[in-house]
Amino acid sequence: MAYDKFTILKSSVVPLPIENVDTDQIIPARFLKATERKGFGDNLFRDWRYNQDNSPKADFVLNDPKYSGKILVGGKNFGSGSSREHAAWAVYDYGFRCVVSSFFADIFKNNCLNIGVLPVQVSESFLAAIFDAVEADPSTELIVDLHNQTITIGATSSSESFDINAYKKGNMTNGFDDIDYLLNIQDTIRDFAANTPL
Amino acid sequence: MKKTLFDKVWDSHVVQQVQDGPDILFIDRHMVHEVTSPVAFLGLKNRDIPVLYPARTFATADHNTPTLNQHLPVADPLSANQLKTLEDNATKHGISYWGLGHEKNGIVHVVGPEYGITLPGATIVCGDSHTSTHGAFGAIAFGIGTSEVEMVLSTQCIMQSKPKSMRININGALGKGVTPKDVALYIISRLTTSGATGYFVEYAGNVFTEMSMEGRMTVCNLSIEMGARGGMIAPDHKTFDYIQGREFTPKDKDWDKAMGYWNTLHTDNGANFDKEFHFNANEIEPMITYGTNPGMGMGITQGIPNANAVEGGESTYKKSLAYMGYNEGENMIGKPIDFVFLGSCTNGRIEDFRAFAEIIKGHKKADNVTAWLVPGSHKVLNAIKEEGILDELHEAGFELREPGCSACLAMNDDKIPAGKYAVSTSNRNFEGRQGPGSRTLLASPIVAAAAAITGKVTDPRTLL
Repeated sequence: MAYDKFTILKSSVVPLPIENVDTDQIIPARFLKATERKGFGDNLFRDWRYNQDNSPKADFVLNDPKYSGKILVGGKNFGSGSSREHAAWAVYDYGFRCVVSSFFADIFKNNCLNIGVLPVQVSESFLAAIFDAVEADPSTELIVDLHNQTITIGATSSSESFDINAYKKGNMTNGFDDIDYLLNIQDTIRDFAANTPL
Repeated sequence: MKKTLFDKVWDSHVVQQVQDGPDILFIDRHMVHEVTSPVAFLGLKNRDIPVLYPARTFATADHNTPTLNQHLPVADPLSANQLKTLEDNATKHGISYWGLGHEKNGIVHVVGPEYGITLPGATIVCGDSHTSTHGAFGAIAFGIGTSEVEMVLSTQCIMQSKPKSMRININGALGKGVTPKDVALYIISRLTTSGATGYFVEYAGNVFTEMSMEGRMTVCNLSIEMGARGGMIAPDHKTFDYIQGREFTPKDKDWDKAMGYWNTLHTDNGANFDKEFHFNANEIEPMITYGTNPGMGMGITQGIPNANAVEGGESTYKKSLAYMGYNEGENMIGKPIDFVFLGSCTNGRIEDFRAFAEIIKGHKKADNVTAWLVPGSHKVLNAIKEEGILDELHEAGFELREPGCSACLAMNDDKIPAGKYAVSTSNRNFEGRQGPGSRTLLASPIVAAAAAITGKVTDPRTLL
């Protein structure tokens, strides 16, 4: 489905300075039983966010009123594990439009791009600078500029550029998805299929 | 130009290259299950478009199916609804559906090879990261998200940037009690869970050529656990012997035509890999994990590493050990355990049950252990019965359950309770993976068997 266009995002952030945040933490398997894409944000980071009696865990960042915003900043190797797009849906449904980390797992990154959440990969040092800035002042804003492919820490104006391929960038900017593209070349696909050995 | 095995399969499936963008990759075979498909089918409905090639898609129910009393209606209404939704979608679109009770039902990555859906040189995808399993046959197989499931249903293609290439070579003789699972856990412990992110792996060396097809499946299955998009092994006579005559493999002239293609499927001498590793088989011990990702594994006789000796953040490492209730420097041998899980797309095949039975024969299940033995499919279940393994299990005090993903991801009732330790033959030891608060030790079927009869972590070599 088509999604929101992404151009420039200026927002405070939610910091999660933990490495190897896996998809089972982002959304545990027991919450994957829906047949529609609805309500996954309620269970984002479920077992880090709530006790088993469903009371909120006060020390988890999503329960800390100091932190809010549309940008989630995670430690290295964010989104490892399962291919469940539900993880990206949960991130989106909670209200995030951008995830920043120094390294992303492949499938999670693709899933984000396919639903209009921008994964921004930064250097280790820039990631550390973001965490430091946010720790010093939780209202610190990041400015993510997709057109210019830059991410800037508002308080210090420290900035870094990030990579995204031109095709995906176009999709994000215009709110297009891959299926629109593929449906337009169906004849080419049919010709190809007619000549495959398997 | 010299090409890798991966290059040959990938390049022959590129329909079109998008300028400054991904490749449009044709998908030969697509597998779907109940959890990651409903929203994709909903997408087709919203766009009012059909499935382009229904005969290229196969559906099975596995992730949230119960493993007891499968003849009864599924008790959990959400699971029941998801299963019904898959059945309705498959029926509506003319897709083969192997639901609960069907003789071909089982875990998607177990039944795919069993029925010849999995073929050398094919592109195979499924909304499940362990789709990498099928790389054992020399296929490019990888997990995709639901948006991509929708793409494959509607256009038989997905858009993917070509990953970089990596070759992992292991030569030499494997020691006593060292199984394909140990080989895979060893590699992941050396590369870490992100060591192969961005790469597609080819496994090479005598260790893999000498491995059975099922062993190769176990290794390729775990490719995703080091971050790789997938892993593959060049097809050989074992591969062709395995697939020939199965229901969905090409027959007669089609077989000959396919063999013409399959015989080209090897990495050319001198082909270039972006990254290459060499390990010695004799360095590998029976493995066990002690932490909360599959890279936190070690030889079973080793001590848990100190935080300052591991790569990555100390606080994340300490958080992980705290979750497990373990300390730096401790030895795993003798650690008490509560559960044993034999099964999953990693180790739920007949050879895994044979290996487990070999260890427990003549012993009794330890009283402090609850054991869940879950075959990967009905075909595996039937073989367990026919080969007399079920009798051996019963004599030792074990029960067998019905096929499914089960406690690997605990979507059904098979949940390890909070704080309890499970030695599991599955693929992930993430926090809460096997149930909220559960603690998982990943290991081979024989390490699981040794734990099941001794009630604690035990070096299986002492029982061989």
